[in-house]
Amino acid sequence: MKIKKITYSQALNEAIAEEMERDKNVILLGEDVGLFGGNFKVTAGLYEKYGEWRVRDVPISENSFTGLGLGAALTGLRPIVEIMYCDFLMLALDQIANQAAKIRYMSGGQSNVPLTIRTALGGGRSSAAQHSQSLQALVCHIPGLKVVVPSSAAEAKGLLKTAIRDDNPVVFFEHKMEYNKTYEVPDEEFTIPFGVANVLKVGKDITIVGTSNLALKALQAAEELTKEGINAEIIDPRTLVPLDRDTIIESVKKTGRLLIVDEGYERCGVAGEIAMSVLKDVFYYLNGPIERLTTANFPIPFSPALEFPLIPDKKKIYLKAKDMVLG
Amino acid sequence: MGDKFKSIEIYGLKKEKILKIYQDMLKIRYFENEITNIYLKAIMPGLAHLYIGEEAIAVGVCANLTKSDFSTSTHRGHGHLIAQGVDLKKMMAEVLGKATGYCKGKGGSMHIADFSKGILGANGIVGAGIPIATGSGYSAKVRGTDQVSVAFFGDAASNQGTFHESLNMAAAWKLPVIYVCENNLYGVSVDIRKVTNTKDLATRAFAYDIPGIVVNGNDVLEVYRVTKEAVELARGGGGPSLIECKTYRWKGHNVGDPGRVYRLEEERKEWIERCPIKTFRERLKKEKISSEKELNLIEEDTKKMIKEAVDFAIQSPYPDEMEAFEDLFVEEKGVGSR
Repeated sequence: MKIKKITYSQALNEAIAEEMERDKNVILLGEDVGLFGGNFKVTAGLYEKYGEWRVRDVPISENSFTGLGLGAALTGLRPIVEIMYCDFLMLALDQIANQAAKIRYMSGGQSNVPLTIRTALGGGRSSAAQHSQSLQALVCHIPGLKVVVPSSAAEAKGLLKTAIRDDNPVVFFEHKMEYNKTYEVPDEEFTIPFGVANVLKVGKDITIVGTSNLALKALQAAEELTKEGINAEIIDPRTLVPLDRDTIIESVKKTGRLLIVDEGYERCGVAGEIAMSVLKDVFYYLNGPIERLTTANFPIPFSPALEFPLIPDKKKIYLKAKDMVLG
Repeated sequence: MGDKFKSIEIYGLKKEKILKIYQDMLKIRYFENEITNIYLKAIMPGLAHLYIGEEAIAVGVCANLTKSDFSTSTHRGHGHLIAQGVDLKKMMAEVLGKATGYCKGKGGSMHIADFSKGILGANGIVGAGIPIATGSGYSAKVRGTDQVSVAFFGDAASNQGTFHESLNMAAAWKLPVIYVCENNLYGVSVDIRKVTNTKDLATRAFAYDIPGIVVNGNDVLEVYRVTKEAVELARGGGGPSLIECKTYRWKGHNVGDPGRVYRLEEERKEWIERCPIKTFRERLKKEKISSEKELNLIEEDTKKMIKEAVDFAIQSPYPDEMEAFEDLFVEEKGVGSR
């Protein structure tokens, strides 16, 4: 397989461009997605190539342009709606949670809803409390939405293509600290199915499930852990809905320990949900309690001196895992 | 009966279509009357929001639509669906939560949809259908069809952000959308005049540089006429319009609300005098478009249709409880519950 080196942004751009080329019903709606190329430069060049009707700069009206995307999805198109920061999902929640998530079900299955909502999560840029959150748990809570949290550029590309082709509403969370990073990506057409976790590293002492780019940070932490004689198994769940419970359960049965790392807030969060969803199946195999590493239940502060201590990182994963195994 | 009569001349409608308009209004009225009966007999789960008194709007607007056009509706949506020729049996069955209903019992009165007719659904959230209709108009533009989309909503929805945001986008991109505001004066219990300074809500169109039209919502032919112009404008690429139909909700907000505490009885009586069906019936006779005998036959025929729908709904089975786990996602069962 040929490999190329591109950034996470470029990988997402390729996914969108390839799907727009493949299907003329794929359109893109979002703030600054046109000539500006997107706040994170994901959509650069698409406006020039596909024109204003397929790449639409929208007014700052999150709820209604999301609803516009939904209306288009119900009537023959396959829209991708970009919500610049996932903090802004709050403004569009009626159309996402009460409308897109429910229309198929409450109409008795009459319609498909091929709508992809792309948005950015994550702290680390001193963007403060309203531009740094990781709100994946918020949409996971609503039945009828698929939720994707890709890790690397290749993962992001393959999963976004699957999202665009999916006939259900998908909320796709990109990590804003990843956009400019360069990764190896297969230089050929590929997609990645939903609901199939990726085991990034096989191990036997502890299972670490990391969402979004925390899967990669967990992998880096695992390298450090080997120096302590700890062999960690690293799992990237890729999608939170559907969740590949089986892969996690099988892993924990083998390792006897589970650490879940997620950048969302701890309370009612993804980490707690994953823990509870596998607990019954792994209970008698556990050598200790399931643990989680998340963002503390506080708004994200501005100053780097305050922000970084609050959110999960490689070092915290290392220390937590080490403590869980060695005590 | 000839072609010389006034309504036919002014509105360019053939007798057959005029009588269909009459019957469509009757269907709505009788359907809603039956809902009241069923509610009082306690065989209807939940609630329903009655459209009685507003029939001329749905029928006058929808008489301009083709089967390939789109529409979104509201919590008070029965009229919009019936005016587009949906199956009354499947509709009544849905209101009763039966397996044979449009949504297999999962939607109920507030969420009936018929995607095969471009009806994208009634909606329980005030103002939420407006951007969806706008998106279906956007879709028509992208796909290069001459389809138009109608967003029905009430006076209260015109105070939602979705109303303003959607009109703004539709105006900016000249989308083929007709925004139909049914101003029945009350949002649940609140008099629009107490929470809004705008006398004619249609004037809000001018903020977005699109046509804003006020029409007597109890005059079905006038509603038909102004909608026809708006539809022609939209189909021809001229963009959206806002039509405010002045009307009145005879009943309370929903079945079970007498609607008396917050309204004056005199006001209600005045509007009942202006009944869109009664006045239209008188006009048909006065202009000799139809006869007492012919109208009686239509009325009997319509009553029969509604009775059949009610019988069908009552006799239909409730869905199997496992049906609750179907239709969440396309092609996959129960994935979301994992």
